[in-house]
Amino acid sequence: MRGILVALVALLTLATSGGCSANEVTLLNVSYDPTAELYEDFNTAFSAGYMTADGKTVTVNMSHGGSGKQARAVIDGLGAHVVTLALQYDIDVIAKETGKIPADWRSKLPGNSSPYSSTIVFMVRKGNPKAIQDWPDLAKPGVSVVTPNPKTSGGARWNYLAAWGYASRAFAGDETKVRDFVGAIYKNAAKLDSGARGSTTTFTQQGIGDVLVTWENEAYSSLAELEPGDYEIVYPSLSIKAEPPVAVVSGNAEKDGMQQVAEDYLKHLYSPEGQKIVAKHYYRPYDPTAADPKDIERFKQIEMLSVDDPVFGGWAQAQAKHFDASGLFDLIYQPGK
Amino acid sequence: MTTAAPDGARKLRWRRRSVLPGFGLSLGYTIAYLSLVVLIPLAGLGIRSASLGWNEFWAIALDPRVVSALQLSFGAAMIAAIVNTIFGVLVAWVLVRYRFPGRRWLDAAVDLPFALPTAVAGIALATLYAPNGPFGVFLMSWFGVKVGFTSIGVTLALIFVGLPFVVRTVQPVLEEIDRETEEASATLGAGRLRTATRVILPAMFPAILTGFALSFARGVGEYGSVIFIASNLPYKSEIAPLLIVIKLEEHNYAGATAIATIMLVIAFAMLFVINILQAWSRKWFGHE
Amino acid sequence: MSSAHPHKIGQAIGEGRWTRLALITIALIFLGLMLIAPLFVVFVEAFSRGVGVYIDALAMPDTMSALRLTLLVAAIAVPVNLVFGVAAAWAIAKFEFKGKAFLLTLIDLPFAVSPVVSGLIFVLLFGANSVLGPLLDSAGIKVLFAVPGIVLATVFITFPFIARELIPLMQQQGSSEEEAAVSLGAGGWRTFFQVTLPNVKWGLLYGVLLCNARAMGEFGAVTVVSGNIRGVTTTLPLHIEILYNDNKAAAAFAVASLLALLALVTLAVKTVLEARFANSHAAQRRH
Repeated sequence: MRGILVALVALLTLATSGGCSANEVTLLNVSYDPTAELYEDFNTAFSAGYMTADGKTVTVNMSHGGSGKQARAVIDGLGAHVVTLALQYDIDVIAKETGKIPADWRSKLPGNSSPYSSTIVFMVRKGNPKAIQDWPDLAKPGVSVVTPNPKTSGGARWNYLAAWGYASRAFAGDETKVRDFVGAIYKNAAKLDSGARGSTTTFTQQGIGDVLVTWENEAYSSLAELEPGDYEIVYPSLSIKAEPPVAVVSGNAEKDGMQQVAEDYLKHLYSPEGQKIVAKHYYRPYDPTAADPKDIERFKQIEMLSVDDPVFGGWAQAQAKHFDASGLFDLIYQPGK
Repeated sequence: MTTAAPDGARKLRWRRRSVLPGFGLSLGYTIAYLSLVVLIPLAGLGIRSASLGWNEFWAIALDPRVVSALQLSFGAAMIAAIVNTIFGVLVAWVLVRYRFPGRRWLDAAVDLPFALPTAVAGIALATLYAPNGPFGVFLMSWFGVKVGFTSIGVTLALIFVGLPFVVRTVQPVLEEIDRETEEASATLGAGRLRTATRVILPAMFPAILTGFALSFARGVGEYGSVIFIASNLPYKSEIAPLLIVIKLEEHNYAGATAIATIMLVIAFAMLFVINILQAWSRKWFGHE
Repeated sequence: MSSAHPHKIGQAIGEGRWTRLALITIALIFLGLMLIAPLFVVFVEAFSRGVGVYIDALAMPDTMSALRLTLLVAAIAVPVNLVFGVAAAWAIAKFEFKGKAFLLTLIDLPFAVSPVVSGLIFVLLFGANSVLGPLLDSAGIKVLFAVPGIVLATVFITFPFIARELIPLMQQQGSSEEEAAVSLGAGGWRTFFQVTLPNVKWGLLYGVLLCNARAMGEFGAVTVVSGNIRGVTTTLPLHIEILYNDNKAAAAFAVASLLALLALVTLAVKTVLEARFANSHAAQRRH
């Protein structure tokens, strides 16, 4: 009985080990939520123009989800060859807990391994009825805010830090006031989805909320999909430079013989073709020279903080202080605070 | 296993002997399968839970957010089960006792929540009751009630998934009820309502209770149909299964395991009660 | 069903006509609102952006892979659970032994356990932090975040369906016919296939249908163990969730309508079966 089961499992694994043709290899890219369209385009371009050293073509499989959630899956055994997540901490955690990513992964590629960056903006409904212009408007009573859950979503954590950064400056570092301010924004939250995409759906499809706090690229991407004029993008006065990094998961890639392909895949993101696609999908490319100027024009130049600024102290500190269990975010939801 | 025990020894038999063959094979296979598919995985959960240690387990269990989630899951499931019991009995009565065009199809429709995937039900209900959905708009404008993304929405989703349990448990019993007692009651002068409440309802009681318990148990653990319509705000509208998923995604295995164990223990207890009820009702009425 | 109850007797001691009408109307409204409306929404939303979008959604490569995966999972889970259901029903219905209630409780467990907990159980069992996980991984067998994991979780969730259909049925039928067959010299298997099986065939078929519907529609457990690798480990329900969250609601409903259609077919077949079964059941009663 047990033998039959084991045989069945083995059979299944064989039968479904991705596109079992002799001339093809499969690369698994585990990514965060909003990058679906970006990688759809990029993967097509990459597969079309690339061949391995022994003449095989590459099919790229994607998995998407909240960045924190994806990191956990990789730690649990999801066989990613590359990870393209929303923030540095999520990749660090994989490196620390599994050792499958070298500790110095960040320096292996240009721009701290971020081929693209983005920032945090607001999306409002046509005509901006609640006159949302900047962060304080989100904390006002009667304003309904849509933002994802920082515990599972990478974008949600960038949102939170951007708000925190603004408040820190506005209140000259008085942490009680900053906490209250950020707390007020989250108390106005109508719904916490597990990923940035979920929040976009809530805002646009279900008609919940007055303002959506989201990635710049996600905002533009939605505008393009929806009826023109139904929504507007509002840039806050101060935001944060969101750098989603990429890394090769050597532990998995080497085992599957995909190390070279994985490295080439990530390097291609920095190539002119890659950067052009990146810009086309509303990400700020690392190297703007290769992109279509029209795509670059739409990015407004606003002041941006960096996660390494003293107010945050880098991701490790920010994660521990705000997002870990019993961190400041958890306190915001305590009854009585 | 069907070989006889020596007659001289007064062994306590754990089963009654039967002429039918295949007991050993069928029971053996059943237990083996159950062990592999159910017991071993559950043991894994239990072991992981036990490794938490008593104190940490209770610390997690009594955490306000966990308590809040359990309260919502159990509370909404309770209300949904009550609604399902009332309407379920009504529907069962109508289906069994009355004839009207389309009765057969209505009967089939009752099984819809069994056959429809929870994710499909989830997005359908979310769209229906969203502020800009057909029911959502109606409820808002006529009653000023917001349903989508509130705990009311959660309860509605649970009503959907739990309805067939009550109807399907009560229906067979209703069909088997001896009409003679009813007739006797009527000839003795009892009004219809009195007959219904004093004669028929008590006879259905075990079945109603079973249906309620099943609907409740299902509602507590439901995930797919609820997460689309719930707003998932901690302390306000976060259901327990979602909290388990969130804790998993936060690398918090201890928390996820603890909550899962609590829900599992309660589920197991409920089931035991249900099966005892069913055994009792079988003895009482001689059939299921 | 109640063919033994002529309508006239019911009328003599039944509720007044208006009460009856009122009750029927309430039942219809309740079922209409709670059950039919969501079903309706699925199809309305599926076509809300036109037939072109509908067909595109179904023809998408990811939809096709999801369909294939879902069918594969069901094709394994249903037969495996069928064998189990029959074995369990035989043991429980035809014999008396201690511990039956406990066994029944175990069998019913997946009904009461949250699907998420079911998924979690397998993560704990096969994850990277477990004993089995790394062991199987070094042998090259991937369970979690791969198809075998999805199959296992689905098997866990759906195994009670067939057992639960068969057990009360076989209990109701008793063992007199089988005992007669045995006393006439039939062996175990022959008795089973020629006496028992024909008696339970409608219940069995219905159990298989339900098991299949649930296996194809399982969501919560699969979410936890799947890894969401698009086109590889996304079943139809997962694919629907992805489409829905990706702002492609019409496409999500289009795929959902496939599963809704399956549900409707399941129910239609069940109605037909029940009509046939009612006849044979009534015939049996006159023993």
